[in-house]
Amino acid sequence: MIRRVVGGVGELLITAGVLVLLFVAWQLWWTDVVADRQQQQIVEALSEDFLNGSDGTVGSDAFPDLGQDRAFAIIRVPRFGKDYARPVIEGTARPVLALGVGHYDGTVAPGEVGNFSVAGHRITYGRPFHTIDTLRAGDRVIIETKPTVFVYEITGHEIVRPWQTEVIAPVPDEPGKAPTAALLTMTSCHPKYSATYRYVTHGTLVDSVPRADWRYADWSTVKG
Amino acid sequence: MYAALWRVLPGPVWAKAIQCLALVVAVVAVLFQWVFPAVADLVPFNDNTVG
Repeated sequence: MIRRVVGGVGELLITAGVLVLLFVAWQLWWTDVVADRQQQQIVEALSEDFLNGSDGTVGSDAFPDLGQDRAFAIIRVPRFGKDYARPVIEGTARPVLALGVGHYDGTVAPGEVGNFSVAGHRITYGRPFHTIDTLRAGDRVIIETKPTVFVYEITGHEIVRPWQTEVIAPVPDEPGKAPTAALLTMTSCHPKYSATYRYVTHGTLVDSVPRADWRYADWSTVKG
Repeated sequence: MYAALWRVLPGPVWAKAIQCLALVVAVVAVLFQWVFPAVADLVPFNDNTVG
């Protein structure tokens, strides 16, 4: 009797351990597999809509997981790879960040005076901002929308705690101040595999090009 | 618990093994598709936004 009880408890403990390991595998590996595929499909759908579609956005009719949120831009960061492209989606709710880069509610649209701010995963769910710490001042970040291609130049970064929302203020770190420049802010977790801090990169708009006038065939050569 | 499962499954050893494998695949599929995404909402290291 005692042998059976002890054996049963042992089996339960081993099962629990295997479940935990499976969860880690799912979180660190499988979410990347699924999200990379989905994000690539949304980028392709956006590119198609930019060329031939109507309003330059993609929504739940094509991708049910988007729910109420719409993808409206493609972010391209040559520093992250020659062909790096991820969708930018309205909002920063958890499901949104699994499908691309999230545009903070209440921050301006790309190219507008103010602070166009986006959040992306550092690890897991396709980890769009995995190498955000490799961005250097002078690097280009391209925000492609249907009417216009916006080119931002990275100006610097800071590492803050998660509650320091002033980094996405219209004038970063100076909440309440009226903006005069069109800025970009990218936020992600820091350090990797932790949510203790946020790695925050700032940039400033250096060029806005109507799609018809866009002259670069290769995104990685953009000078702006 | 697993010994009881092994006894309940019908057929010779190779058939039991195949059935066990199918069960494992089914359980992992359910976990990956539905259970883990739900659990992920409850763990603290997935918040990426400021504030």
